[in-house]
Amino acid sequence: MYQHTRLTTNRLNFFQKFRNYDYVLLICILLLGFISLATMYSTDGGEILFHTKSHFTKLVVFTIMMLIMSFINIKYWFSIGYLSYLAVIGLLVATYLFGITSSGSQRWINLYFINLQPSELMKIVIILCLAKYFHRMKLENVNSIYTILTSLIIIILPMGLVIVQPDLGTSVLIAISGIAVLWFAGINHKYFIYTMLGFIISLPFIIAFLKPYQKLRVLTFLNPDRDPLGAGYQIIQSKIAVGSGGIFGKGFLKGTQSYLEFLPEKHTDFIFTLFSEEFGFVGSAILLVIYVIIIYRIIAIGANCRSYFAKIFCYSFGAAIFVFITINMSMVLGLLPIVGSPLPIMSYGGSSMLATMIGFGIVMSARVHNQQMIA
Amino acid sequence: MINSSSDSVKKLNSINRRMFITGSLKFFIMIGIVSRLFFLQVKENKKYLTLSDKNRIREWKLAPVRGEFHDYFGNVIAGNFEAYQLHIIPEQVDDFRYVIYRIKDLLELSDKEFKKVLKKKNEIKPWETLIVSDNLSWQKFSKVNNHLYDLNGVKPVISISRNYPFNENFTHLIGYVSQANQDDIEKTEAIKKNFVPGLKVGKVGLEKSFEEKLIGSNDIERYEVNAYGRRISQLEFQKGEKGKTIRLTIDTEVQKLANELLKDQAGSICVMDIYTGDIVAMHSSPSFDPNLFVFGISKDDWQLIRNDPMKPLVNKTLQGNYSPGSTIKPIVALSALENGIVNTKFTVNCRGHKHPMELYGQSYHCWKKEGHGFMNLRNAMKQSCDIYFYEIARKLGVDKLSETAKKFGLGKEVFGDLFSIEKKGLIPNTQWKKNALGQGWLLGETIITGIGQGYIQTTPIQLCLMTAQIGNGGHKIYPKIVVDDENKQNPIDKFSPLYKNYRNIKIVQDAMFASTNEVRGTSYKSRIDNLEYQFAGKTGTAQVKKITEKDRELDLKTFEIPYEERDHALYVAYGPYKNPRYAVSVVVEHGGSGSTTAAPMAKKLFKLVIDRHKIRQSINDKKYLEI
Repeated sequence: MYQHTRLTTNRLNFFQKFRNYDYVLLICILLLGFISLATMYSTDGGEILFHTKSHFTKLVVFTIMMLIMSFINIKYWFSIGYLSYLAVIGLLVATYLFGITSSGSQRWINLYFINLQPSELMKIVIILCLAKYFHRMKLENVNSIYTILTSLIIIILPMGLVIVQPDLGTSVLIAISGIAVLWFAGINHKYFIYTMLGFIISLPFIIAFLKPYQKLRVLTFLNPDRDPLGAGYQIIQSKIAVGSGGIFGKGFLKGTQSYLEFLPEKHTDFIFTLFSEEFGFVGSAILLVIYVIIIYRIIAIGANCRSYFAKIFCYSFGAAIFVFITINMSMVLGLLPIVGSPLPIMSYGGSSMLATMIGFGIVMSARVHNQQMIA
Repeated sequence: MINSSSDSVKKLNSINRRMFITGSLKFFIMIGIVSRLFFLQVKENKKYLTLSDKNRIREWKLAPVRGEFHDYFGNVIAGNFEAYQLHIIPEQVDDFRYVIYRIKDLLELSDKEFKKVLKKKNEIKPWETLIVSDNLSWQKFSKVNNHLYDLNGVKPVISISRNYPFNENFTHLIGYVSQANQDDIEKTEAIKKNFVPGLKVGKVGLEKSFEEKLIGSNDIERYEVNAYGRRISQLEFQKGEKGKTIRLTIDTEVQKLANELLKDQAGSICVMDIYTGDIVAMHSSPSFDPNLFVFGISKDDWQLIRNDPMKPLVNKTLQGNYSPGSTIKPIVALSALENGIVNTKFTVNCRGHKHPMELYGQSYHCWKKEGHGFMNLRNAMKQSCDIYFYEIARKLGVDKLSETAKKFGLGKEVFGDLFSIEKKGLIPNTQWKKNALGQGWLLGETIITGIGQGYIQTTPIQLCLMTAQIGNGGHKIYPKIVVDDENKQNPIDKFSPLYKNYRNIKIVQDAMFASTNEVRGTSYKSRIDNLEYQFAGKTGTAQVKKITEKDRELDLKTFEIPYEERDHALYVAYGPYKNPRYAVSVVVEHGGSGSTTAAPMAKKLFKLVIDRHKIRQSINDKKYLEI
């Protein structure tokens, strides 16, 4: 069986590729897209307005893009690993130089047809780059100083470019994406433990270096009631919205917290709050199940891949998506301080969706070409 | 297959092991998130649901409709009227400047008023109501209505507001309402509960005393609002209750007459039913128009009232502490009789100013220059001979006198705690002086107390109660203003006798009769011969300042003395004599003498009061028939 498939899939025609497709993953992604559209429709007040239309367009375009990407051989994605990383670094530099400033941070760059947030792309591209870096490395070389330093530079360079925007949240997520790859690549677990300990010990110093508004967020997280109308407002209102949803929710288009504008940022970071208010515990659980299935499928695809690159990419991407989801949800549920982190696919925002869809595209490509060996 | 196969296998082992670790970690994190969701949405759902409703639902209270005051016959003496108001919601107006200037022209607002409106506009949110004018005349209101096509966003509104149809007639009795201030809100629970901006509450008088009954309860509108406080939709309208109507024992006709009699004079008139204690009329003069206060009194009006030398803001009936003068003499006589100091045959020789009563070098004069000659009790009361009362007061002593006076209601509040402003007056005795002034009582002070001068002070309502209790044969009564006041239970000692010997009351009554209806009686000129109206009374002339020898020689007429130094004129009476029913007390500040100023007023009052007695009774009868 093993031999047989290897022989037959070395060169695949279009229909064979189609047969290899992971339809469970695809259906879940489409389902998520549909749910996100419905939620966006609700944020627009039950009308098809700007956000719904724009989200729909992006969803369609990026889904098609993902499908196209999945038919391109995984070898190709392997080959552009470093190049794409350098391209996004270039975009980040360009953002630093000519970016668009909005609400106090310079995160976007105008590419004439789209306003792009390169830091979102970096979350995926860094996985691509590091996966390629570790692909051919022998296990004994993985823990050499040279390798560790190189991979750390690969991670710290975009982080620095994102922190100066300033956007601490995204830079932390980029770091997490990178660290996930290092973890799966087999870097000695001692390093992770030491780093963790070092981080915890230096936490007070880090806090001392934080900007006032960032400190405020941490303090607010620890006690939202210290300023219920100011810094604590978002988290208090978000908890009220989620909590008032109850088991079955207030019903579609009936979330009072969002309709009456108590909920801030309901299109982007707090989209889960709105969903949870309208569909309750049951709805939220179903949404979580969809996400879990997606992550499970990604990992399953990775597990079946023969190529080490594809495997490490899938595992890391699965871990990254999981972290994005949990950080966003923990944030709106009051388990973590407010950091700007969108919920993949659900949140409004082109760059985030583009990055996620690229990730899905590569994962699909790995599935379709799972018997492919990369030289 | 470029890597050596052993390295490849090692790598795969490593990555799969780490995948397993990661997977377990993910599992626990997921459980954490789900349990957080469960905690918020299922366990704490009630709490957050309440918070969310608190967020979105806001109540608007509307001012409650205030209860009315009716007189004994059901006439409205403090009611409600529809006030024409003009409201603007600034955000609904396209061009606020244009509209507001247009309104300024239409309503002929002065610059000052106009500025006030603009200031108010800046203080409120654009979707809140701006009250441009709270009480428009019908002409102006209709004028604005005619120009509404031009005034986008302007709302003519009819709102319910307090009205006093009899203007100044009932002011001191009922009081007035005005905008509630911080103090009102803090002190009265009912106001706190029903407070809305612009709520009018009782400031003095019965309006204040019965605030909790009168205030009613708010209409409540519940709206769904958004995060910025804008109303989105009305959820509920809860109708409030109108305040209770309070029926008074007052007869408007008598009250009006009292107003008329005291016109342009400072003073007080009380009329009381001597059996039920019903206050038929109670007036303090000068009065003022309570309607001025309802929408906030203007500065000029306020200054005019405040600076009036006759002190219209003082309720003289309850707050005025006056020396009772000779009107105390019935009590002095009664006390002397009751204590067995004198009998009807006891006589004192009054020999005029040349031979005054002498005591420790002080001399005490009778009011009559020529003297009265030999006086017994009946004659002394009839002619109000001071020497006689000096003598019996000296024999009686102030402590026994004060005992009797207090029994008849002097020296304490007549209405209990109904009116917060009511004064106690003062019935002195030796103990009081020791405590209050730290000095011993002097016999000379007893002597002048015997003619109602010195420390002794009474309010007009106390004098009326005293007279009523003499008139009804010496029985205790409790005056009341409100019919069916459920807060007040009938006290057990109602109608209990205040005398030791009923004959003594009769003697005093007879002496008072003589004073009014016999030749040489002090109020003989004001008598009514018709038995139906015939009344018995006692005049009083209270000195405002000590009379010096020089004054006595000059013997000036009232109009020759400066206003502030003129004597207060007092008169107390009850009638009809044969079958008594009503008691009257009249006090005219600086009115000269009781017999010339106060007694004629009582005469007019008795005529009306007794005429109206039948009507009053018929209302009562009807009431019982209906039940």
